[in-house]
Amino acid sequence: MLKILLERMRQGQRTSGYPDDAPVLPDRFRGAPVLAPEKCPEGCGECVQACPTDAIAAEPGKLSVDLGRCLFCTDCMQACPEGAISFGDEYRLAARQRADLILRSGEAAPRAAALEARLRSMFGRSLKLRQVSAGGCNGCESDVNVLGTVVFDLARFGIQMVASPRHADGLLITGPVTQNMKLALRKTYDAVPPPKIVIAVGACAISGGPFVGHPEANDGADSVVPVDLYIPGCPPHPFTILDGLLSLLGRLDEKRQRGAQPA
Amino acid sequence: MSAELLPIHNGRASEATRLPDLSWAELAAAVESAPGRGWRVSSLFGVPEEGRVRLVALLAHDEEGQLAIGSVGVEGNAFQSMTSRCPEVHLFEREIFEQCGVRPEGHPWLKPVRNIRDVDYFRVEGEEVHEVAVGPVHAGVIEPGHFRFQCHGEQVMHLEIALGYQHRGVERALRGGPDKRTIHYMETLAGDTTVGHATAYCQVLEGLAGCRPPARAQALRAVALELERLANHTGDLGALAGDVGFLPAAAFCGRLRGDFLNLTALLCGSRFGRGMVRPGGVGFDVDAARVAEMKKRLAAAAGDVEGAAELLWTTASVQARFEETGAVPESVARELGLVGVAARACGLRRDARKNHPAGIYQFAHIPISTWPTGDVFARAYVRWMEIQRSVAFISEQLEQLPAGPVRAKCGEPRPGRMCASLVEGWRGEICHVALSGEGGKLRAYKVVDPSFHNWSGLAMALRDQQISDFPLCNKSFNLSYCGFDL
Repeated sequence: MLKILLERMRQGQRTSGYPDDAPVLPDRFRGAPVLAPEKCPEGCGECVQACPTDAIAAEPGKLSVDLGRCLFCTDCMQACPEGAISFGDEYRLAARQRADLILRSGEAAPRAAALEARLRSMFGRSLKLRQVSAGGCNGCESDVNVLGTVVFDLARFGIQMVASPRHADGLLITGPVTQNMKLALRKTYDAVPPPKIVIAVGACAISGGPFVGHPEANDGADSVVPVDLYIPGCPPHPFTILDGLLSLLGRLDEKRQRGAQPA
Repeated sequence: MSAELLPIHNGRASEATRLPDLSWAELAAAVESAPGRGWRVSSLFGVPEEGRVRLVALLAHDEEGQLAIGSVGVEGNAFQSMTSRCPEVHLFEREIFEQCGVRPEGHPWLKPVRNIRDVDYFRVEGEEVHEVAVGPVHAGVIEPGHFRFQCHGEQVMHLEIALGYQHRGVERALRGGPDKRTIHYMETLAGDTTVGHATAYCQVLEGLAGCRPPARAQALRAVALELERLANHTGDLGALAGDVGFLPAAAFCGRLRGDFLNLTALLCGSRFGRGMVRPGGVGFDVDAARVAEMKKRLAAAAGDVEGAAELLWTTASVQARFEETGAVPESVARELGLVGVAARACGLRRDARKNHPAGIYQFAHIPISTWPTGDVFARAYVRWMEIQRSVAFISEQLEQLPAGPVRAKCGEPRPGRMCASLVEGWRGEICHVALSGEGGKLRAYKVVDPSFHNWSGLAMALRDQQISDFPLCNKSFNLSYCGFDL
């Protein structure tokens, strides 16, 4: 017992100061794409060709990236002869509507709006989620799991992953939804008592990700169930997921408003 | 090895015309006699040809560091099953049946591999016998699979594992490549093994294209591969601690797993190593400042893992739960062809880094870590030994990184060649085999994740165990569903 206590003291307190403190991200982190269409040579389209998931659209003077399809892989950046696409450090990427995930040049990255008042009053301080893994690569699952560690400590926000859909307020879905998981996902969704919310985490669950167009899968969760929050990435950084969840619950607004008030 | 098979080397390509075209008797003799002569089956798969299916077998002799390949054209729509004489091919034969439609006649357990619709589960009948069905949606944040336990009270008589829920058609999509999606498929075969599978693919592609990645790239690939091992092994130690209710080590290791992932992100921006390994080398170089930061963080994390691990080995209540739980006898491990941590925890000296080294592992050796008892303790303790060796290896590599570029130009595969590549991922041996056809396009691409060999080991570990020990046993293997389902 003494050994355990000594080790606990040695390892120290490790919980991140987020959301009061800004998250610490690696310098090579690839967040929201930074688009500079003014650099595009006429009729180029190298980035469009290079993108493995056809996430990019280019027309004269304009560039857009579908964050729901983007793997944040930099193939576009490397293909671009003029440096018109790069990846910035914006980790906040979640959106409430699928269409909001289209990042257009000259516009800021999407911000997810909070739930409407009634749902927010129900879930805002206590949200129980059932996770359904439906055909991805276990990358998103890994970085959802990590939210349970002491660093992120999801429980301090009142959010908890629960074992049964009957105990859940909603689903957190990863993977493109394979044909083999479609029925299980549908049954799990039906087993969650209403009102319920659905969160799609990662490129697969939003668009099919690297597997978009495969007949063995369904190009994302919203082909099977309605989705209330999309969190892009391949996989999303844990802080991107956490930002999405807290934005949905309106918890970051409160924080910001409180922070803005003079003491 | 039988004279009929062609000896090959890890990552080195040969002309596809040299692939031996054997008679059925010759191939069957080579496979069926393999276990008795110290060989094992690394891969066995079907390649559709005009009007028939060609079976390709890749065998490995670990002690002597040899690989050998051979093939046979199957006449008609059936072949004689080899499973009763060489049990480790049981799942390969089932897969060939499912993918190519040729039937292994006399297979004792011919069932689907990834098709969830037509599974006829084994059932034990009798008084007080009951069945427990779990999944595909599990209680935790984990991948989907279906488990059927035949139990007498708490005691498990038989566990059947039915997978396929993660099947997303990757192997099919790889044929006809390489194209702009190929490397991304490789990085998502098993997302927690991004570096392992991407390295296996790049070795294949470089072999087929005749490209030699620079030494600095080889060293950085190995650093990334060992970081992947550190993150996952540490996470597994924490999860094992959690499953026996020992929360201090669970909390420490959960955090430390993230620290190792963040080290990988320091290298390449992605916690899972996305974008790090690329054909011809690596996508990211390091300067002296980055190396210094990596060394500092590695040393700090290694010290903290040691503290957490020490608690595991010195806490009696943890040891009591780990020891003699889910033991797999060495003979069973050998028969099933287990690889990786699961095999080494049964005393088998199987480690591709040592036995079939490629890249920097040809010059920098990592001793094989084994433990003889085959139980949860052994699988945990082997991980701990490997953590220490990976830390030492990375420190050494960072100290003496070769100078020079990190990427060479890797062209298209040359047509009509074949190449096999083995990488010791954190779970075990990753095996990729490719045949290039006309225009250098991939005519066949076979992926074997270590989990493909090892799921049967988990089923055997549960025999005569308490059903309540399933989570602990499962975690001690920590196998991949998506790597199996592909």
